[in-house]
Amino acid sequence: MSKQIAFTIFFLAAIGVFGYTISRLRRFFKLTKKDFPLDNIPERIRQTLLVAFGQTKILRRPMIGLMHAFVWWGFLVITIGTAEMMVDGLVGTERFLGKILGPVYTAIMASGDVLAAFIVFACISFLARRYVIKVKRFSGVEMTPTANLDATVALLMILFLMVSLLGMNIAYVKLAGAEKVGVYPVSESLQGLVANIGGSTVAKLHELSWWTHIVLVLVFMNILPYSKHFHVFMSVPNVFFTRLGPYTKLRNMESVTKEVKAMLDPSATIEPQAADAPIPRFGVKDVEDVNWKNYADSLTCTQCGRCTSVCPANTTGKLLSPRKILVDLRHRMNDKGPGLSRDPQYTDGKALVGDYITQEELWACTTCNACVQECPVNIDHVSLIVDMRRSLVMEDSSAPESLVAMFTNIENNGAPWQFSPSDRMRWADDLFSNKAS
Amino acid sequence: MAEMTAAGEQPEILFWVGCAGAFDDRYKKVTRAFVKILDALGVKYAVLGTEESCTGDPARRAGNEFLFQMQAMGNITVLNGYGIKKIVTACPHCFNTLKNEYPDLGGTYEVIHHSTYLQQLIDEGKLRVSDGKPFKGRRITFHDSCYLGRGNNIYDAPRNVLEQLDADLVEMKRSRSRGLCCGAGGAQMFKEAERGDKEVNVERTEEALATGCQIVATACPFCMTMMEDGTKHFNKEDQVKVYDLAELIATANDL
Ligand code: SF4
Ligand code: SF4
Repeated sequence: MSKQIAFTIFFLAAIGVFGYTISRLRRFFKLTKKDFPLDNIPERIRQTLLVAFGQTKILRRPMIGLMHAFVWWGFLVITIGTAEMMVDGLVGTERFLGKILGPVYTAIMASGDVLAAFIVFACISFLARRYVIKVKRFSGVEMTPTANLDATVALLMILFLMVSLLGMNIAYVKLAGAEKVGVYPVSESLQGLVANIGGSTVAKLHELSWWTHIVLVLVFMNILPYSKHFHVFMSVPNVFFTRLGPYTKLRNMESVTKEVKAMLDPSATIEPQAADAPIPRFGVKDVEDVNWKNYADSLTCTQCGRCTSVCPANTTGKLLSPRKILVDLRHRMNDKGPGLSRDPQYTDGKALVGDYITQEELWACTTCNACVQECPVNIDHVSLIVDMRRSLVMEDSSAPESLVAMFTNIENNGAPWQFSPSDRMRWADDLFSNKAS
Repeated sequence: MAEMTAAGEQPEILFWVGCAGAFDDRYKKVTRAFVKILDALGVKYAVLGTEESCTGDPARRAGNEFLFQMQAMGNITVLNGYGIKKIVTACPHCFNTLKNEYPDLGGTYEVIHHSTYLQQLIDEGKLRVSDGKPFKGRRITFHDSCYLGRGNNIYDAPRNVLEQLDADLVEMKRSRSRGLCCGAGGAQMFKEAERGDKEVNVERTEEALATGCQIVATACPFCMTMMEDGTKHFNKEDQVKVYDLAELIATANDL
């Protein structure tokens, strides 16, 4: 009974903190723009099944992708067991799902047990990739010591989560004996570890493992929203909300369409603007200009660096790193979001473009979409980069001189180079000169 | 086009020449090669001539949405005015803009890149490479244009066209959806690159040269410029030539 009470108190506290975090994120989302349509639901479901659950994009790097895929599938299975533990803890039952689910339960427990062991191995390998092999894409300006610490803490927590789960299973197998519900291939084969330990000690081990696991789960859950590991929650919805259509199709700016139409046809009636309506800014200059999907992208980014590792600009030594764009957006929201949600006029004298992301970074992008192609959670860097360019050009008239010249050429000659439009057919000069026309 | 309309005719296709195809000395050759193929096959095509204007792609990628939309609306008025249904273009950037972005502004057409179009002509048995096969056994590598491949999933058509040449086709280390950009997209073509260790086209040309190819095949005017500059950077412009698909097919057919 006392265990039930202790757990209930702890559980409610954890939920309370989590609730606070979520309401904070909700406030931040409210600051963003709504303009991101959700059409074509069947295609979205297909993408979610393939990219999120099927891990198709992370598997573009087969070896490490497969390891991640098993960790993820393991997470899905083990979460069922964790939910069961919570109910057990609150209600005072023991493995209550076992009676309800029967053979399905056996399958869940067996695969969870095996995958937990695999995840232990995977976490150690992932840590080794960071600290021993030093995989190149885990470095970069945006990979600050804090960012690296974040990754390490998350990996260690997962590691201990799995160790405690296995400890619990090992103890359970011994304690339950013939009453055992479920099958535990790894824990059963590891019975040698507890063979010479007395029953009461094993019971204590079980209690300790149970508490370690459940406390870690609830603590981890509360750290996640502040960590790059938030992708555990965010990746599935983010993939569902993917920008669909060809990568190279940019979204049309309706606000500009209105103005251009008015310019081309002055007689068209223009809806009168409410006098006190704020003048909308073109493009993205700061965090209040992004749409909710951009912000979701920034919360989803796992900082894996796959985008940056294929970016032609980054790999040839330019400042641009697509990962940094997302990391910066998230930071900016953390810095400006609290003030902005209290007072819509709030300013700290800084902006996302300029103080976090420099023009030099933005102008280096070739819009090749290699980053978008490679991102395992379907983040769209290019739309955001172009939106920031839009603000630079249309709000600040700040583009490299040669681009301004290109604009002028298009405006005056209908071509990005300085040629006269009347010369457009010159290519055909020799071709048809011998033909009677 | 104006003349055809005056004569009360409709073309099978509108060939969208593009600014590079009309003004860039190197790419004019591609334009000529492509129309020679069309002429040889008796395809009834038209061009807009002086009525064509930049699609606005570089302006849009550089952030000038106003200019892009002005260009787009102007072009759409012309295209719709002629009742155009089917457009073929040799530029992946024009292709992407016309096909994917103009519909948002009221211009919906069937838009085909010339690689796909050439493949269709081959599949229909209309276009064949004559028996001389000047490229037989030559080593050719194809450089994927981002706006064709990654953007619009056209990876096989250009390769299938090259198959016709009976050449020795080799792939670069990074190809198809993993292909490396030439460095010119997103309006980079019109400005100096940012500070860095290396130019993107140099990196890409290195990969192309590593295949030991004699010809780099491209299907995009920007890629062509970047790859040619790359071969010049390595003083290889005499050994390694950069050609567009249409040029290779036209040459193979002695056009
Ligand atoms: S689209 Fe831009 S940011 Fe993304 S990989 Fe290409 S150059 Fe880098
Ligand atoms: S944007 Fe995508 S690919 Fe890039 S670091 Fe984040 S999760 Fe990885």
